[in-house]
Amino acid sequence: MCCLAPLQAKEAAPLAEDPVLEKRLIHISEELRCLVCQNESLASSRAELANDLREEVRKLIRQDKSDSQIKEYLVTRYGDFVLYKPEVKPLTWVLWFGPFLLLVLAILGMAYYLRQRQGAQTGQPALSDEDRRKVQEILKSGDAP
Amino acid sequence: MIVEIGHFALILAACVALVQGVLPLAGTVNDNQRWQSLAKPAAMLQFLLIAFSFAVLAHGALTDDFSIKYIAGHSNSLLPTQYKFASVWGGHEGSLLLWMLMLSGWTVAVAIFSRTLPLAMVARVIGILGLVSTGFLMFILVTSSPFERLLPAAADGRDLNPLLQDPGLVIHPPMLYMGYVGFSVAFAFSVSALLSGRMDAAWARWSRPWTIVAWIFMTAGIALGSWWAYYELGWGGWWFWDPVENASLMPWLFGTALIHALMVTDKRGGFKAWSVLLAIGAFSLSLLGTFLVRSGVLTSVHAFASDPKRGVFILIFLAVVVGVSLSLFAWRAPKATLGGKMGLVSRESMLIANSVLLVVATGAVLLGTIYPLIVDALNLGKLSVGAPYFNAVFVPLMVPVVFLMVPGGIAHWREARWAQLGHDLRWPALSAVLAGAAVWAFTERGTWLTAMGLALATWVVVGLLMQIAIRLKKPGRIPPSFWGMHLAHLGIAVITVGITMVKSYEVERDVRMGLNDTVSIENYSFELVGVSEVAGPNYRALRGEVNVSKDQKPLEVLHPEKRKYFSSAMPMTEAAIDSGLFRDLYVSLGESIEGEKPQWSVRVFYKPFVSWIWYGAILMVLGGLLAVSDRRYRKSASTLG
Amino acid sequence: MKKFLIPLGFFLGLVIFLAVGLNRDPKEIPSPLIGKPAPAFSLDTLDTNAPKFGPQDMKGKVWMLNVWATWCVACREEHPVLVAFSKANQLPIVGLSYKEVQPQDEPAGKKFAPQEKLQFARDRSALWLKRHGNPYVLSAMDLDGRVGIDYGVYGVPETYLIDKEGVIRYKRVGVVTPELLQSTILPLVQKLNAS
Repeated sequence: MCCLAPLQAKEAAPLAEDPVLEKRLIHISEELRCLVCQNESLASSRAELANDLREEVRKLIRQDKSDSQIKEYLVTRYGDFVLYKPEVKPLTWVLWFGPFLLLVLAILGMAYYLRQRQGAQTGQPALSDEDRRKVQEILKSGDAP
Repeated sequence: MIVEIGHFALILAACVALVQGVLPLAGTVNDNQRWQSLAKPAAMLQFLLIAFSFAVLAHGALTDDFSIKYIAGHSNSLLPTQYKFASVWGGHEGSLLLWMLMLSGWTVAVAIFSRTLPLAMVARVIGILGLVSTGFLMFILVTSSPFERLLPAAADGRDLNPLLQDPGLVIHPPMLYMGYVGFSVAFAFSVSALLSGRMDAAWARWSRPWTIVAWIFMTAGIALGSWWAYYELGWGGWWFWDPVENASLMPWLFGTALIHALMVTDKRGGFKAWSVLLAIGAFSLSLLGTFLVRSGVLTSVHAFASDPKRGVFILIFLAVVVGVSLSLFAWRAPKATLGGKMGLVSRESMLIANSVLLVVATGAVLLGTIYPLIVDALNLGKLSVGAPYFNAVFVPLMVPVVFLMVPGGIAHWREARWAQLGHDLRWPALSAVLAGAAVWAFTERGTWLTAMGLALATWVVVGLLMQIAIRLKKPGRIPPSFWGMHLAHLGIAVITVGITMVKSYEVERDVRMGLNDTVSIENYSFELVGVSEVAGPNYRALRGEVNVSKDQKPLEVLHPEKRKYFSSAMPMTEAAIDSGLFRDLYVSLGESIEGEKPQWSVRVFYKPFVSWIWYGAILMVLGGLLAVSDRRYRKSASTLG
Repeated sequence: MKKFLIPLGFFLGLVIFLAVGLNRDPKEIPSPLIGKPAPAFSLDTLDTNAPKFGPQDMKGKVWMLNVWATWCVACREEHPVLVAFSKANQLPIVGLSYKEVQPQDEPAGKKFAPQEKLQFARDRSALWLKRHGNPYVLSAMDLDGRVGIDYGVYGVPETYLIDKEGVIRYKRVGVVTPELLQSTILPLVQKLNAS
């Protein structure tokens, strides 16, 4: 296909009717799940239901609903499953706080263990001949990993 | 006929694997040298049988033998040759055969490169690998045979999913599987150490090169997968925290932890139990990944078609392999000796801290991946855990890991002092703070995350340059492993820059374009000059012609396509990408739009530094290769007990 | 030493969860509307002369709402079961025709006017029901799927049981089988009718 007469190069119009609204739509729908897909966000899915739900979100944005109100609207109809970012509530405390709790415990555990270990080592038996040879090997290999 | 022979070869291989698994191990218990020496030949025989079997399936694919049900389901006569070959692993059954080819291959490699190892050790390692192989082969033969016949034969195959008809399919799964399966070697070494009751550090030295090679493949496999998704899927994403992606990330994280912990165990004899646990964990995560992807327990775009029977089999296998290993661990590991003295602040403690942090990060990924399953299993409802969760939790956990790369390289073995460290690190620290502040002050769209990401990368780069400078001044030959370490760490810094920049500064424009319409991003302008219909070997496509100019000067012509494959109802986007050192320009053609003038929806991306993600991965792979080439590893293990 | 058993303990716990998970369908979404009042709506029905329909019209009765469409392949499978069930006259079955008119039904380059769309949907649905049997006392036309969204519809067919107060008591995603009718739906209907 080719143009026959020289046309004025025109700045392309945004696909969406309202780019500002669209930006907000994308921001919200990235955190929502496409319910009929194999693990895709509402933002990127091309499924028909995803189209419908995006249109629904647009409608709610035009009604000046806040992000949390829009999410609430969808959760009322489809349940928590539709949120890709789980709400922080008792059911998800382990999910949200677990890793950081584990981090703290791990660091403390490691520090405690190293301390203990140092204590246990102030009374080492004399090196055996074989161990002495091993020590020489290690010392010779220097500081490289 | 040949198909049935291929199937029979697989049955034979299972028998050989069983012999390979049982006799050498029994031989180490009753000190029967003849049984122990069966290990290597059994491994070779098993590999030959499986390779033959694989060749039969490949032959079936390449000759369009649609009397084989698997080939009929995943291949097609119109497919280009390389995809016919790759279709061998395009589905569940074939990919398991690929897995087995690699497992038997790694076992043979251990058999070949273990000339200097004591026979008992070799017997144990190969024996353990033989038991794992037996389990997998049984799984294939009982639930997932690729050699089932389709009678009468199909006229033509169902075709390979169009998404998979791409060079990515030819390399990504093999690389990834080499990594997954490669961790079985470290696993076998560590379980062998537990079995022998001699929890000394020797196994650590033997395991190191094997672990690094597996890690190299895993890194390459994951990076290839990410890159493939980026250019194939049409909307510029490169990581989705999909369960299958997580299934590959988790063993990688453990593998990285293992590499660092093995340094401590090898050099100072400490943390033996921890290293053993990491080795068991890495392979367990590989097996867990296999389960998650094939059992239907989690939804994923990558998942193979699921079957509860298969899921049960894999779960039992997983439970037995890991359960027995961890029981052995609980029994034998307490007897491990303590190893050398190490201070609270020392290179050892930093290396161990690295592995502890990586284990926590893995835990976070695992938690997020299976949390929906746990909640459902407890009848507490259904929820989803997606990218927003993982990004929020994983990134903060990885920051200290990256941070530690610098002090970890500088700290002395045995004992390091805070004051000394602080003094040594003043240049990297200052550079990092300045970089962060500069980004924060002078760029408009950056956020504090941008500043932190770039500060962290600066910290790492200045830190490693400094270490290199110091080392160059010292006399003596510098071993390749030194360069390897810094190259790999540089790779991480490069990836950090890539991710930080692309997430902070990428621009997307979704527009409707008629002929000669333009859209501009930064100083680039994109003009749609034509849309035509083209025919491919097994598809028809709408092909756009987009002139790209930079600063008003013509730069390139891009050809995004929207393809309709004959075999699939879903149209496929083939994005057109102009990849540069500092930015990618990404154009994706959408549907045509109804109206008086012909118009199409077009998506244009400006992605700064996105290629750095893959350049960084390449650096990591090179670093690993350098590290493994170090002669110290190839020096015989006979020097150590 | 007890701490060396921790990895094994953790792993066994994981295996138990995975085993339970094998029996679950990760894509099946339980409805949050169970126990909540059926969302109100007012839609045209298949019958051109009838007034608009809404759930409030069924107050005082236990009834079934079945979401269907002529393009839905699984609905074809379930339909004979519903037709047979309707003959037993256990409870009124109301159809919700969900997005009957699809984009490919519209002539190229043109969009249907709302009245045209409704007529098209009515005609095709009526023809289909004539051919395959009509289990419905009436069929409400949800052309744009908005009522479906209010009801948390994500796939067709879906079926709801609503009690005398207009509260949703049960939802089935997927085809209604004779076994399901016997084991779950009928007992529930009887229970709701008794209260």
